[in-house]
Amino acid sequence: MSYANATLEPTKPDTDLPMLEVKDLNVYYGESHILRNVNMTVFPGKMVCLIGRNGVGKTTMLKTLMGILKPRSGNLKLDGHSIIARTTDQRARLGIGYVPQGREVIPRLTIKENLILGLEALPERPKKQEIPEEIFELFPVLKTMLSRMGGDLSGGQQQQLAIARALMGRPRLLVLDEPTEGIQPSIVLEIEAAVRRIIETTGISVLLVEQHLHFVRQADWYYAMQKGSMVASGPTSQLSNDVIQQFLAV
Amino acid sequence: MLSGLLDGIFSGISLGSVLLLAALGLAIVFGLMGVINMAHGELMMLGAYTTYMVQNALKGTPLFGIYIFIALIAAFIVTAIFGLVLERGVIRYLYGRPLETLLATWGVSLILQQLVRSVSWQLVTIVALFCLLFFGAMWIVARRTDFERARGWFLAIMIPLSAAAAIATGNVLGTLYKPAFTKLWFDARNVDVTAPKWLRGGFPIAGTQFSYARIFIIVLTIACVVGVYWFLNNTPWGLRIRAVTQNRTMSACLGIPTKKVDALTFALGSGLAGLAGCAVSLLGSVGPNTGQNYIVDTFMVVVVGGVGKLAGSIIAALAIGTANYLIGSNTLVDLTAPIKPLSDTFAFFSTISMAKVLVFALIIAFLQFRPGGLFPQKGRTVDA
Repeated sequence: MSYANATLEPTKPDTDLPMLEVKDLNVYYGESHILRNVNMTVFPGKMVCLIGRNGVGKTTMLKTLMGILKPRSGNLKLDGHSIIARTTDQRARLGIGYVPQGREVIPRLTIKENLILGLEALPERPKKQEIPEEIFELFPVLKTMLSRMGGDLSGGQQQQLAIARALMGRPRLLVLDEPTEGIQPSIVLEIEAAVRRIIETTGISVLLVEQHLHFVRQADWYYAMQKGSMVASGPTSQLSNDVIQQFLAV
Repeated sequence: MLSGLLDGIFSGISLGSVLLLAALGLAIVFGLMGVINMAHGELMMLGAYTTYMVQNALKGTPLFGIYIFIALIAAFIVTAIFGLVLERGVIRYLYGRPLETLLATWGVSLILQQLVRSVSWQLVTIVALFCLLFFGAMWIVARRTDFERARGWFLAIMIPLSAAAAIATGNVLGTLYKPAFTKLWFDARNVDVTAPKWLRGGFPIAGTQFSYARIFIIVLTIACVVGVYWFLNNTPWGLRIRAVTQNRTMSACLGIPTKKVDALTFALGSGLAGLAGCAVSLLGSVGPNTGQNYIVDTFMVVVVGGVGKLAGSIIAALAIGTANYLIGSNTLVDLTAPIKPLSDTFAFFSTISMAKVLVFALIIAFLQFRPGGLFPQKGRTVDA
């Protein structure tokens, strides 16, 4: 009986099935080749960090993942299903929470409205549009300024808002593009702690682009990019000083 | 003299409220999508013609007393559907290309002008039959997997075939049922909408008449502004529209269906144009060129008010409307009669077209000092 079950259910999601699979991705800006045959995999519940110097294509990679840029060839699979033909908003509703570089908080909406917009990514919109208490536990600073305009916040506060907004949609994969860029060190530590807590409590996967070494060390796995190609990967525990010297702009 | 000024201000406000009603839809469409919709005036014209048709349909029935309310709803629905078709059929292929959008919508405005001149049952039948045959065939064929490859062939065969069939049927029906079927609905002459009895006449204050029709338009404008304000600020779709207005890419990344938002916004803006057209029909006769008379002023309102700002549009509309009327009528000439040179200057500008010249000159001067309009966007991340 159990034998029969095992063979009859080949599609049952296995924990070893990757949450995100990027295969032979090629992206161009006009005629310039930006991403060259990029491959990478993010497993469920893992935090993966993408490192590399400025201009090697890390943000391009994430934008292609969100569907903001169209790849010329290659495939993207989320939880085993190809998402290459999906539009950006469909990808968000399939469970990719995106925190872009530069935060992109909607400037003339209040913090509360910005957070409520995060609910758009849920497959079914809840009747009651409330902000769960967990969000304020992660980012207490947001609770005190719900009625202020998003554009009036400081950079660090905007970053916290952008992460909180992505979490409102209960994503399966959280994509963070340089969350600590240009932010004061104390807030960097807060954001790091929040991301770590998110992974511990919700078990979602995280794909992170980061230059901040301390934050990179939190990840389980790293991929290093150079000139649009993946040139190294491995567990972050094995991230040697040589590799850091070569791929991080620090 | 006081009554003259009062009358001037009242007429100016009522003119301003028509402009505001027209600009409201344009402000939303222009603000959200950056689409310069030259066909907005023609959508107003369609709303005015819808009012005319509703009036004719209800003439002699007990509903005639309140036909204007039915006409408002009908005008909103008709123009909203037209706007939706326009967005789905033309504009969505041109997003991010303002020059092409401008040309395409101008072309649409010419088509709509000619449409009301030459629409008859025959034309309606031909167009409907063509759409049925062509899109019906496309719907059937598009389910085949190799459709993309054979697309060129399909178009080359189906367009002439559907057109020939539709025109032939139309002509045959035209000869069979000659006068009724080929009779033009409106032809090129202007048509008149008679206001219901309770909107005729006026309300006498201090020696001047405040016409009920103009009061009705002012009330209608206030209702529309409040309605739009409430919709944008208190409903989920309003929140989505505001989010897409400010940051389209990020809104899509949050899971907002931006295409649906675009279509809905365009339909809403067009529907508001229809309401404006309904209001315009109460002020005078309606012709195929009605829209042209308003489109420039309407754009001025949006630009002076500051793109994407409701409050700016309100103040700009009232200011432009009042300035237009005060300069165009003899009010200012009478007021400044004691100062001879000033009164002569105003007398020079006191025709409708010269008043426009002066108002546009003032607008140009104003934009030199405030290029962003009355209420430009402020804050840390304006350009986002």
